[in-house]
Order: sequence, then structure tokens, then C-alpha cells
Amino acid sequence: MQRIINFILNYRNAFLYVFLLLISLVFTVRSHSFHQSKFFNSSKWLTGSFYKTSNDITSYFELKQENNRLAQENERLRSQIFNATIEINRPDTLQVNYEVVNARITKNSYASPRNYLTIDRGKRAGITQDMGVITTKGILGIVENTSTNFATVQSILNTKSNINAKIKNTNYFGSLIWDAKNYDIVQLTDIPRLVPLTVGDTIVTGAMSSIFPENIPIGIIKNFNLNEAQSFYNIDIALFNDMANIKNIYIIKNKNRDEILNLEKRTIDAQ
Amino acid sequence: MLNNPVVINSARFILLVLAQVLVFNHLNFFGYINPLVYVLFFYWYPIRENRAVFIIISFALGLMIDLFSDTLALHALVSATLAYVRPILMRFCFGANFDFQGFSFKNSTRLQRITFLFLLIIIQHLIFFSLEILSFSHILLILQKILFTSMATFILCVLLSSLFAIENE
Repeated sequence: MQRIINFILNYRNAFLYVFLLLISLVFTVRSHSFHQSKFFNSSKWLTGSFYKTSNDITSYFELKQENNRLAQENERLRSQIFNATIEINRPDTLQVNYEVVNARITKNSYASPRNYLTIDRGKRAGITQDMGVITTKGILGIVENTSTNFATVQSILNTKSNINAKIKNTNYFGSLIWDAKNYDIVQLTDIPRLVPLTVGDTIVTGAMSSIFPENIPIGIIKNFNLNEAQSFYNIDIALFNDMANIKNIYIIKNKNRDEILNLEKRTIDAQ
Repeated sequence: MLNNPVVINSARFILLVLAQVLVFNHLNFFGYINPLVYVLFFYWYPIRENRAVFIIISFALGLMIDLFSDTLALHALVSATLAYVRPILMRFCFGANFDFQGFSFKNSTRLQRITFLFLLIIIQHLIFFSLEILSFSHILLILQKILFTSMATFILCVLLSSLFAIENE
């Protein structure tokens, strides 16, 4: 016994190191395949308020650019309203399917293989996990964790991200993933070989997801080739969003999501 | 007070975390180069201190950076490893001198110190980027990131360490 204790005391640093190593290895490997940790993420009070303060200072430098971008969006939306052929009847609050909340990014990252953004809205604004996040130009990601005032967003530039997408004006859909190489190019897989594709086709979100509404722009086809099995396409998509330069975003709440999920769950349970 | 090692090291801890998360994590030079300058903590930390305490402090340093950059426990793992292998690296770089009681950075040559810093950075980047991506199909991307980011880190650290040199030679 004495010897064992002496042995442990002699190598206490090594034991300590191996212990810490194991803890961090478990956390790291887990975070590669599962959800981001609930407790250790930048939506928490300390990190959230730090980024908020630093963002309050630096955001002044981009005000002009950001104003231009928002003005352009207003312009586009205005022209859509004026040129709408059918009368747009103002929706009753009971009939609204999607609700939109605006927020600003306080921390952006796009250089790592698993990118998360931090935004300045949280539970207090009604943000919960699995809400879609878009910008004026297109899709951005999905809300992952929330605290009272902040939230983290799993960017589409994340190897864990998997979003239903389709070719505009058709119903051929596939999954949108990222190969971690270029921050302005993502990949669309599972589009069958028989689909006619052209470089420059627009890709939008599909109707299969309960997170994003249909037809939110994603990007255009940059190039495509068949996969190893020669049955599906691997498509490179150039994003509409400049992921390195985004500030104002919109969070989409799907009011029917709970109902859809419940129904799907019941169907599976019934089998 | 400025000579108290606890104060100096706490200040370094905080400043390095802030510099890393507020400045260097957002450099994105050429789209992906974000130097990991917190390696300077391991370069500057006093030589003859309790090793267990050093390992725990390093782990905490890494965990703080992890919290800010949403890379759960990756930096913590790297930091704990650096803290653990530091004495081995020092013996390798400074030779037999290191085992004498009176040894300090002052009686080492510039080349020895640069080698020490270089080895720390290489180990840090090797572990960090291989675990960050953790996929054999991305081996080229990993190597590319290791090469260019460690180069950037090395240049920045040499500059920073001469800028904040503790005493002149």
C-alpha cells in the first residue's frame, strides 16, 4: 500500500495531466458528433457580455455599409409589394405561420471547421433551440444554445450542419453540407443523376424542414460532378452571403413546428 | 507589486486571453490564419514553480479561450499538454544548464530561446489542428493549416516577446 501511494505521489503530475487530458478528449470528441455543450458555449453571460461590449465599440466602423445593405433590402421588398399581382391581404395574427425577430451578430467565425456565431438576442426575445437564422441575402444557420440575453448559432459553415435544400423551381432536393475548405462554398449532395443541372442555377431551402420556410435563397451552382458511385451529384455552391461580413440577421420562428414534430413523433411511435 | 510573480502571471493570463479572443481570433488572414498567440504564456511562465499548479493554470487558460471561441476543451487539451511537456522541451533546448539551480533565461542564448518557442508552437499547432478537424480525408487541409498558422504565430510571438521583453540583455 505504502508503495502504491509513493508511486502515485511520485508521478502525481503525470496523473494530473492524464486526468485533464481525458476530460478534454471526451469533451472534444463528443462535440464533434453531438450537439454543442449546454454549459460551455459563448452564449453564456460572461462571454456574451464581453462580445457585446467589444461589438458595441467596433460596430460603428461598419455602420455605413450595413445601412446600405438594409436600404437595398427595403428597396427589393418595396418593389415586390408594388409589383405584387395578387392583393396581399394583411395576415391575422392567428394565421401567421412564421414570426421574424431581428438580432445582431456579436461574434462571427468562419475559419474553423465547426463555426458558431453569437447573437445578442436570447430567451427573453423568445429565441429557442432549432430556429432558423437568415440574413438579407440568404440562409445563415440554426440556433443551437440560448441564455437569457444571448444565443449561439450553428453556422452553415459547420461540418455538423445538414440542411434540406432544393434547386429553385423544381422539387429535386438534397442535403446542404460543408467540407470545411472554403468559407464561401458549400456542398449539396443527394441530387440524383437524372436531374438536369446548369452552372448558375439557384439553390434555395426545401420544404422538408420545419426550421426554414421554403424558398429562402442559399447560393448558385458553381460546378458539379458525379460522386464515386456515379449515381448522385456532388455540387459546389457559391453562397449569396459573404460569411465574413454580416451584421444584421433575422431569426425565424415556425409557429407550427411543435405540431409538426409531435405529429411526426406520434407516427413513428405508432409503428 | 510589479515584481510579484503572481500579479505578473495573472495579468499575463488575462491579457493573453483577451488578446486571443478579441483580436487574434478575428484576424482571418487569407481567410483562415488565426495565430494562437496564447502560447507565449508557456514561454514566459517562471521556470521553477510547482508543476501541478502550472498544469492546472494552463488548463484553465485553455478553457477560458475555449469558452469564447466555442471550441469545447480543444485549447484546454493543448494547453495542458504544453504545460506537461515544457520541462522536457527546456531540457532539450537549454541542455545541461537547465538542471543547475541558478539557471534563468538570461544565461541562455537567443537561438536557444527561439528554438524553445518554435518547438512549443509546433506541438501546439500539431495537436490543435489535428483534433480540430479529426478526419483523415482532410489531411491536406490539416497540414496546410498547421504550416501557415504556425508560421504566422511564430512571427507574431517573436515580435511580441521582444516587444514585451522583461529585461534588456
